[in-house]
Amino acid sequence: MDKLKNFIKQYFVLVILLFLIILFGVLQPESFLTMSNLFTVVRQSSIMGIATIGLLFVMIAGGIDLSLGSVISLQSVLVAVLLTQAQLGLIPAYLTGLLVATLIGLVTGIIIVKTNIFPMIGTLALQIILQGAAYLICGGMPVSNLPDGAKVVGQGYVGSIPLPVILFIIVIAIAAVILNRTYIGRHFYAVGSNEEAARLSGINTGKLKVATYAIGGFLSGLAGIIMLARISSGQPTAGKNMEMDCLTAAVIGGVSLTGGEGRISTAVCGVLIIGVLTNGMTILNISEYYQLIIRGCIFLGAVCLDGIQKQLAGKKKVRKAV
Amino acid sequence: MDNILEIKNVTKRYPGVVALDNISFSVKEGEVHALVGENGAGKSTLIKIITGAIKPDEGSIIYQGKSYTELNPILSGQIGIEAIYQEFNLAPSLSVEENIYMGNKVNEGLFIDKKKLTNKTMEVLESLNADIDPGTKIRDLTVAYMQLVEISKALAKNVKLLIMDEPTAPLTDNEVEILFKLVKNLKEKGVSVIYISHRMDEIFELCDRVTVMRDGQVIKTTDIQDTTRNQLIFDMVGRELTETYPPRTPKYGEKLLEIKNIAGPSNAETSFYVREGEIVGIAGLVGAGRTEIARLIIGADKKYSGEVYVKGEKVSIHSPKDAIEKGIAYVSEDRKNQGVLLKMSIRWNITLPILRRLSRFIFIDAKKENECVNEYKDALRIKTPTINQLVGNLSGGNQQKVAVAKWLASKSKILILDEPTRGIDVGAKQEIYELINKLTEEGLGIIMISSEMEEIMGMSDRMLVMAEGNIVGELQKEDFSQDKILKYASNITT
Repeated sequence: MDKLKNFIKQYFVLVILLFLIILFGVLQPESFLTMSNLFTVVRQSSIMGIATIGLLFVMIAGGIDLSLGSVISLQSVLVAVLLTQAQLGLIPAYLTGLLVATLIGLVTGIIIVKTNIFPMIGTLALQIILQGAAYLICGGMPVSNLPDGAKVVGQGYVGSIPLPVILFIIVIAIAAVILNRTYIGRHFYAVGSNEEAARLSGINTGKLKVATYAIGGFLSGLAGIIMLARISSGQPTAGKNMEMDCLTAAVIGGVSLTGGEGRISTAVCGVLIIGVLTNGMTILNISEYYQLIIRGCIFLGAVCLDGIQKQLAGKKKVRKAV
Repeated sequence: MDNILEIKNVTKRYPGVVALDNISFSVKEGEVHALVGENGAGKSTLIKIITGAIKPDEGSIIYQGKSYTELNPILSGQIGIEAIYQEFNLAPSLSVEENIYMGNKVNEGLFIDKKKLTNKTMEVLESLNADIDPGTKIRDLTVAYMQLVEISKALAKNVKLLIMDEPTAPLTDNEVEILFKLVKNLKEKGVSVIYISHRMDEIFELCDRVTVMRDGQVIKTTDIQDTTRNQLIFDMVGRELTETYPPRTPKYGEKLLEIKNIAGPSNAETSFYVREGEIVGIAGLVGAGRTEIARLIIGADKKYSGEVYVKGEKVSIHSPKDAIEKGIAYVSEDRKNQGVLLKMSIRWNITLPILRRLSRFIFIDAKKENECVNEYKDALRIKTPTINQLVGNLSGGNQQKVAVAKWLASKSKILILDEPTRGIDVGAKQEIYELINKLTEEGLGIIMISSEMEEIMGMSDRMLVMAEGNIVGELQKEDFSQDKILKYASNITT
């Protein structure tokens, strides 16, 4: 019995994921459980997944980033404008876009660290500023007529695997190595776990926190580029509400809202859970309004669960201290 | 005297461990009853059962002649049981009076009768001979005064049984005297006190009876005059152990660390030095600027002026990182918040400052890391089944060893130990002392900040006494005396 409990606890997220797949599979066996649909789920999840990995870094170091959706929107129109109006080549446009996104993250981080404001409030302000900037760049209108090559990162395949999925996997792999195998990753955890103790241990906590926001910015930028390629036009609302999905995925995936905790594997499971839900609800023809409510409830549920777990852990600590 | 509290055959089990094993314990009316035992002996569990924070599996609680199978925190408050823990339950941004009467209305109706509140607070404070302005915000008080407010809070609630958990741990000797008067005062008022402490002196000075716990059992309860220090320690640890300081013949080398005219927000220009193999004690009252000077040295806080020399060479230190690179390490007095990362494993904690050195390029060399951690785990005898155990799950003594281990692993040459044995049981203390001595033999220079008079006299080779941000006196080993230190510390110039 204890073994079963432990197993479920350890693979809780995976169990939920499997449960959802089975649920939708039973409800809609002919359209949900097809190979091509499952591939679609993974492909659709990739963009959100890449942004979530960025958020994971920020959250592990004790921060949060609500501006990532706006960064994706901004990136989408910026790169689109660079490709069409500025007639830049693919690579220069991408690099410029990624550089801008990274710089946005960097500045966000510097503002938060230097002024010591709540990251949630700071990035909320940036979310609005950047959304405004996105509208401004494209004059509020979608940017279309992209060169054909610009669709490849969103719609291309390597063999039978969609390119976004490959990019997602590469991001996962690199992130996993950084977090698990390098001292920088360990320092991220330390800063999120107890900043003052980390500082007294000789860690430059400010620099590290800024770095996580820059990583977040870069990955949101990458997500924005793939998003642009997938929908073949620069949309100033491309990343709208994306931060909510990412945050939900992260929290479901066991990333702590108070920092210091979070694993790549479970976070990716969280991403897939959101992906399956989105896909499943669409296949079941659930109206978008209900979908919003359901998403909100799931986010609330995940956050509550996180809180309850913390309480239980607190109690356990009391027991152990005895 | 009647018993105010009687615990009968109480057992409390947790998965895999019996925290309390069929124990019986009683407190008489108006007595100060010491409760002693090593960390993990079951004291905290017993206290939690008395305050109703947890429920016993078996046994009964008889309080003022009434039998309870279990209590809860609200009920225990109503019947006059209060506990003061090492972590205070005060709202820092509220005033003294608001804290004292928090959850305890002074008048009927919706609005607070401010005048009545102040007057009643004054009454309570006066009955304790405490000189505090009721309007002061808690965050502006020193630790000692915060404790006073906690006691006042209990008094305002008409406490009959007061539990004090290591009340003197954050206090300096002067303040301890005040606390003792307070406790004696309470006793005269007929309040019973359960007094948990690791300090033998206090127990013999203050308490009427003592109960020794070990491994979840009550070893014995006895009148204080019927026992001796050594006997108590023997009962606590289950083996002979003298609370003396391990002998050492110091050999001094060159000046390792010298600071010149360092000044900061709460420190006037301060200069001193430490030699290889030397233990320099810094004594003084809480708030004398001891921790502050340490934080200035290691660059944790910004200094206004002054220079730091390591082995005669001037170094510039702007952050703890710089200090670590120069071989200066600081073990914080606030172990849980600044010393260790409770949510992380022993392994992660120990290697945190040197992770970069244990890495090739940016990749952590797991083998090197394990070797390093195991080496220091063994050297410091950190008791744990695995190095992946979370530090939050260790006892206070073992946590402190982890805090020290990380600086030894980083090959620091100068260790600044701030209250290194706070909240640690007797056996573990002894180990820490031996460890400190061993380190000096290896040529380290130690700066030890301590509020425990006996400890700092026993361990230091030379002592600096601070008061109001200044070093007001320097004493050589042969001149150490409680009297002299106190005179300096309270800034009485003769």
